[in-house]
Amino acid sequence: MNRYPLWKYLLLAVALVVGLLYTLPNFFGEAPAVQVSSGKVTLKLDAAVVPRIESVLQQAGLKADFVHFEGNTVKARFADTDTQIKAKDAISRALNPDATDPGYIVALNLLSRSPAWLTSLHALPMYLGLDLRGGVHFLMQVDMKSALTKKAESFAGDMRSLMRDKNIRHAGITREGNDVAIRFRDRAVLAQAQAVLADQLPDLQWTESGDGSDFKLTGSLKPEAARRVQEQAIQQNITTLHNRINELAISEPVIQKQGLDRVVVQLPGVQDTAKAKDIIGRTATLEIRMVEESTEATAALRGDAPVPFGTERYLERGGAPIIVKRQVILTGENLTDAQPGFDSQTQEPAVHLTLDAKGARIFRDVTRDSVGKRMAILLFEKGKGEVVTAPVIRSEIGGGRVQISGRMTTVEANDTALLLRAGSLAAPMEIIEERTIGPSLGRDNIDKGFNSVTYGFAAIAAFMCVYYLLFGVFSTLALAFNLLLLVAVLSMLQATLTLPGIAAIALTLGMAIDANVLINERVREELRGGASPQAAIHTGYERAWATILDSNVTTLIAGLALLAFGSGPVRGFAVVHCLGILTSMFSAVMFSRGLVNLWYGRQKRLKAVSIGQVWRPDGAPSPAAESKG
Amino acid sequence: MEFFRIKRDIPFMRHALVFNVVSFLTFAAAVFFLVTRGLHLSIEFTGGTVLEVEYAQTADINKTRSTVEAMGYGEVLVQNFGTSRDVLIRLPIRGDIKQSEVAAGVFDRLCAAEGGTVSPRQFTTPQGAQVSRPACTAAAGAEPIKLSRTEFVGPAVGRELYSDGVKALAFVVIGIMLYLAFRFEWKFSVAAIVANLHDVVIILGFFAFFQWEFSLAVLAAVLAVLGYSVNESVVIFDRIREAFRRYRKMSTREVIDHAITSTMSRTIITHGSTQMMVLAMLLFGGPTLHYFAVALTIGILFGIYSSVFVAAAIAMWLGVKREDLVRSGGKEHDPNDPNAGAVV
Repeated sequence: MNRYPLWKYLLLAVALVVGLLYTLPNFFGEAPAVQVSSGKVTLKLDAAVVPRIESVLQQAGLKADFVHFEGNTVKARFADTDTQIKAKDAISRALNPDATDPGYIVALNLLSRSPAWLTSLHALPMYLGLDLRGGVHFLMQVDMKSALTKKAESFAGDMRSLMRDKNIRHAGITREGNDVAIRFRDRAVLAQAQAVLADQLPDLQWTESGDGSDFKLTGSLKPEAARRVQEQAIQQNITTLHNRINELAISEPVIQKQGLDRVVVQLPGVQDTAKAKDIIGRTATLEIRMVEESTEATAALRGDAPVPFGTERYLERGGAPIIVKRQVILTGENLTDAQPGFDSQTQEPAVHLTLDAKGARIFRDVTRDSVGKRMAILLFEKGKGEVVTAPVIRSEIGGGRVQISGRMTTVEANDTALLLRAGSLAAPMEIIEERTIGPSLGRDNIDKGFNSVTYGFAAIAAFMCVYYLLFGVFSTLALAFNLLLLVAVLSMLQATLTLPGIAAIALTLGMAIDANVLINERVREELRGGASPQAAIHTGYERAWATILDSNVTTLIAGLALLAFGSGPVRGFAVVHCLGILTSMFSAVMFSRGLVNLWYGRQKRLKAVSIGQVWRPDGAPSPAAESKG
Repeated sequence: MEFFRIKRDIPFMRHALVFNVVSFLTFAAAVFFLVTRGLHLSIEFTGGTVLEVEYAQTADINKTRSTVEAMGYGEVLVQNFGTSRDVLIRLPIRGDIKQSEVAAGVFDRLCAAEGGTVSPRQFTTPQGAQVSRPACTAAAGAEPIKLSRTEFVGPAVGRELYSDGVKALAFVVIGIMLYLAFRFEWKFSVAAIVANLHDVVIILGFFAFFQWEFSLAVLAAVLAVLGYSVNESVVIFDRIREAFRRYRKMSTREVIDHAITSTMSRTIITHGSTQMMVLAMLLFGGPTLHYFAVALTIGILFGIYSSVFVAAAIAMWLGVKREDLVRSGGKEHDPNDPNAGAVV
């Protein structure tokens, strides 16, 4: 009765192997590495850089463990810090010929030392939280009200152009808070407009009001559309933050959405809060200017003459120079949105821009006077400008809806839209929580957490082995297996390990032993009641299971509450706690049973089990084997 | 080895009144201290700024305090943290000062008090990664004071954490009550929750009495302990149900005594093991985990007491009867059904 079918043993063996495999990377530590990432939004890093870096290293006579492209950075790992620093200099010299205007950011970094075959199995070490490695943590609140206001502004622009296109006469369009209002002098016109607006702007809910000769139609954002707007705003802010933080060349920055309107930014290794804040808070600016196409300018382009008065020379994304006027027509402030899409007639890839009311008016006036000329959209970053695109104006553009198309691939359209949006945050952000942890404190915390787990585990193991003898050994092995599985699962999920997380590991182990105590006590009790050893093991496990389930459910309820309502460090605690409860049910019951079955299951005439002394109140000798209900 | 050699059931319930009076007095004292002293909430809940600095020599707390107080941030708290060289400084929120700059300002002042100036410095970690951080440099390049950690929490976040904490507690209480009501019977569910909530109040009472800092980690410990010690009650209730079925002649009081006596050994050993782990955290976990472990220790100790003596007594007084448990659900009549109820 105490035999497991082969598949159960196989399942346990597989769990053990997988557990070992995924826990393994955590023991290798970190090796020096060099990380290359793009230094400008306009420069996209791709896999083509890898052979370049490899050849640079070869020429310098340096040997890298590997060079690989990952996400949007290239990482090269080295055996020691000496090589690392030499490699950094060599790569930096080769990739950035002009030191004053670096296109690539070359930084020193740390990479896991775990071998490539483990990495290829996606067996990666756990990610250490800021409290363990040191760094800066910001919690930022996105001002959603202003995102909605901006959106309303852009709707007002849409309405203006719609009314003009359909030749509907209105008496003014205004933005009122997050709503837009349009006035009419005539009831019939209002009805006509309402039909058009409801059809063309499905995101708005229209309500009619008015008195006497003044008819008013108010459009408010539907709740689901408002949600979408907020979603997009936060997404754009995150993208923008990514671009800015990239420049810091931090190994693994965390930029995550938290809740509906918050962004968490964690910068491991950064100690200088002021600089980090500066970079996060900086705005790249977008400017729209006219391209100078006079003969002097063409001469200047060829390099035959100085740039004409009132103009400047910039580089296009392809690297070609272009002369633009100094006068700024519009700035990024007037741009409410930029989306990739397709031209409605030619089906060519295009970028659709939306301008706010003021921007739309200026843009219409400028385009009316300059049909056939080129305009340039410039992005200024770190005080340096670059022309993102310089399209030709084909006709007067009113209504604030601008489309840039022609000779673009879909990828380019996407990139351009991203660049145009990257300039600004969709909504302002404010830091509402800030935390910095020094690196030595982090090191300390790791040691303390590690020590707590080790000594606690050792104490429990010693006690169990003494009190329950062989069954105690099985329980201890099961507990060790639980720890292994827990670390493996956390590594697989690439969870962030924090000090509260380590505390949760310790606590979970302390609680997980409960299951084995329940089982062992029950088996003893069965023996005391006179059951045969085999029957006692069987009923002991069987009976204890329901209690184990019950007690784990109540603990899990508490864990889930923490997960649902906790934030920051408490979440880390809760995740580990919940996972630990689940792994403990598997290890304490199935794994320890597997060991017991393996050891005792085959012995038909089992006389005694090693579970410590079974004391009987009457002191009578063991009665005949007979199971008692 | 066997610690518990109990010949016959111990008549715990004869002393039920005494246990409950003890409980009630502790509870009343806890409530009293909670009301009069209040909890010493960490800045996670109240909002504010915390700095942890490390002095090269043993810190002169009074000097640090007067330096910070001179800056006029209102009520500041300056205390040692872990060792005599580490100092924790806590500043409240002041409406007129930009919070995000407070920490840097205070560090500047402390550095000046040690005769140094703050400037960014490049450091290379042993692994070769380069980090830059503001450092306080005194004459001869010495670093008299180091900034180990800063934390700033805005007032809105604090309020939210506070309400989230209350929600989490409510969620746990309701969830456990529903589970127990479903698994056993409402009288047990009420008894278990009353007993264990009284633990929570007692833990809070300790924190109020000693004015220990109540942080998010402590809240996590309190909730974890709540879930943990409820299962103590579950084990006993399981046993009570089983005994009702098995020993038809026993009175309710005897059944409860029997259940408590027979789970005694498991209770002590389990809690002892968990406590060993918590003790390891208390001893080796350092100041960050200190109050977390303290809350767990109190919770575990009172958890045993309340779920063993208080929960069962309340269930008894609520008038739990054999019919309540045996009647419910036809399939539960079979005492051999392994899923009918667990026993230890």
